Amino acid sequence: MINWQFTLHPDHTINLDTNDRTLARLLEEKEPTSRICMACGSCGGTCTAAQFEPVSFRHILLMVRRGETESVRSELTKCMYCGKCTLVCPRGVNTRHILALLRTMLIN
Amino acid sequence: MGFDLFVIPFTAGLAFLLVWFLYKTVEWLSHLNRVDRTMLRRGVISSKTVRSVKEVILESLLHRKIFRTNPLLGYMHMSLAFGWFLLIVAGNVEAMIFKPATIHPPYYPIFFRFFEPEAAGFPGAKAFEFIMDFLLVFILSGVALALFKRIRSRALGMKKTTRLLWYDRLALYSLWCIFPFRLLAESITSGIYQTGGIVTGSLGNILAGLIPLQSFEYPAWWAYSLALGLFFVALPFSRYMHIPTEVVLIFLRNYGIHTRNSYSSYSEIEVYSCSRCGICIDPCPMSEAAGIQNIQSVYMIRNIRYKTPDEEVNDNCLMCGRCNIACPVGIVTTDLRAIARNERHLSGNLHLTIPATSSPHHDVIYFAGCMGQLTPAVTQSMETILQQAGEDYLFLDKEESICCGRPLALAGRIAEAKQLMEINRDKILSSGARTLVTSCPICYKVFREDYHLPINVMHHTQYLHRLLMQGRIRLRSQNISLAYHDPCELGRGSGIYEEPRQILRLAGNLLPTASEKEKSICCGGSLGNTVLNQKKRHAITEYSLESLTINNPDTIVTSCPLCKKTFAQRSDRPVLDIAEVVKSAIFRDKDNIRIRENYQIPAEEFSS
Repeated sequence: MINWQFTLHPDHTINLDTNDRTLARLLEEKEPTSRICMACGSCGGTCTAAQFEPVSFRHILLMVRRGETESVRSELTKCMYCGKCTLVCPRGVNTRHILALLRTMLIN
Repeated sequence: MGFDLFVIPFTAGLAFLLVWFLYKTVEWLSHLNRVDRTMLRRGVISSKTVRSVKEVILESLLHRKIFRTNPLLGYMHMSLAFGWFLLIVAGNVEAMIFKPATIHPPYYPIFFRFFEPEAAGFPGAKAFEFIMDFLLVFILSGVALALFKRIRSRALGMKKTTRLLWYDRLALYSLWCIFPFRLLAESITSGIYQTGGIVTGSLGNILAGLIPLQSFEYPAWWAYSLALGLFFVALPFSRYMHIPTEVVLIFLRNYGIHTRNSYSSYSEIEVYSCSRCGICIDPCPMSEAAGIQNIQSVYMIRNIRYKTPDEEVNDNCLMCGRCNIACPVGIVTTDLRAIARNERHLSGNLHLTIPATSSPHHDVIYFAGCMGQLTPAVTQSMETILQQAGEDYLFLDKEESICCGRPLALAGRIAEAKQLMEINRDKILSSGARTLVTSCPICYKVFREDYHLPINVMHHTQYLHRLLMQGRIRLRSQNISLAYHDPCELGRGSGIYEEPRQILRLAGNLLPTASEKEKSICCGGSLGNTVLNQKKRHAITEYSLESLTINNPDTIVTSCPLCKKTFAQRSDRPVLDIAEVVKSAIFRDKDNIRIRENYQIPAEEFSS
């Protein structure tokens, strides 16, 4: 088979009307900079943990904003809080605070 | 020996206080862990006890450290503490001389003037009249300053003071009342019997012409006793518990006991020793630059003491340690805060699979750290220097870098931090290296303190210094003015101040800054804080830059990649790491440049 460098995902509908966005709203209240992320991916690019496993702050925040919080739990426990994502963020998103808040809210 | 009903509030209050404090002390000492108890046993019969007594006199009574903060503030504290102490001592001596053969109840010397209004004729009676009056005025001057401080704290060197709770206020107001009431009571009695020293005697004569003294005498003594009693009862529950507790703290600290990874009996003594003086508020960059005034150590410690934990207060701190330096009681506030953070997440697991690798053999390991990864200029400079010096080195985290674990530990996630530390430890030890050099002060601190590595751990400032000392690299001085910023973790955190300065003096013209060494202001980038947003961080960065550029240097130099990166975003002039400065100043044999004669650091500079 030819390797096209991409795969096809099964159907997946994101329904922002029915998805529970409570967590995203709570997060925006506690850390307003979670709104200004433009999902550029610089955070994921520099991430220390991402060298070993697929982890990305961009992905975590995107999922939370969509209300699909289940998939981010495992990613949150991979963060080393090293702060590289905060330093490279061109928008000044307070990434470590968001990760710490999400972790407290979703796990412990 | 007399007795009167009005002595009851004082006597009962004093008895309550003594019993309470005795109970607390026994509780603290019996809860010390085994290591601390051994230290206590060994320390008691040693010179450490003598040192402790000296420190108690200098700090608890004379308040030397507060004098250093501000002389007027120091005087205020000294007049109240030392003045009151002398008043008690002199009162007891006076009573003993007056009636040598009797054992006096504790209230007798305190209310001596009431029981012995016409006491005269004993040796030194006149002198005692004068001394007692003098001491009372001495204390009253302190009370007056304390009142004035409530209106204009800036006059006593404090921009911000602590916001007090109601029981602190109750204790404070009763303390303020004690000495004016004593003056009033003694003056009235002196007025009636035509005795008394310069102050009480004259005031008594004036009062005699204004009020019927006889009917005011008894209420005045009651008021004095009530104020004392109220203060003694409020003391254990208010900030004034620091008065007796600080003495215990000083002894235990001198015996080598300190706060470790969990909340111990000693930590509790530290918490009770906090006088909530608020001296830690002004040095806090969060207060001065970012306008956040509710998270300082004084409030954090108060939350611990009254068991009202507030996560935001605990988390919203740079952990820069400026308050540790400022604290007149010597409480290690950052340790207490770290414990408060730890207590939340005792169980945690880092679900990250990091492949275990062993490192090839080399003499020296260079560890850039996560922040080093973001500042390639620093790592490249270090590599150039290492090569120049002919070192057999391994750049451990060039590929697949792993965090040192300190950011997780600072966030209160000790268990996860330990996981990372284990992995790094194996990597480091498998290389068989004898020296570990890191560019990042955050990594340096954790490698040195928590990894328990059997090898030499150095920050690159120390390493570069050693290379210069050994003559393995040489520098030529450049015509450039430099200002050096002490990173928190390297300076206050690890006590490294001189090495970078000696290096920079060789490389250029080192200018002084407004806040040198242990007074250095955090760059604002601190990883110790997970809450603070960028805007407030920038405010702190600019506040720190202001202090660094006071002498208008060409370049700002630091020795922390995080500080460099943080400053570079806001600075109007270049910000370099010390490794970059050394690299650009390094003298190579092929350089056909006249070098400064003392290109090597003279040996005597290293004796310090």
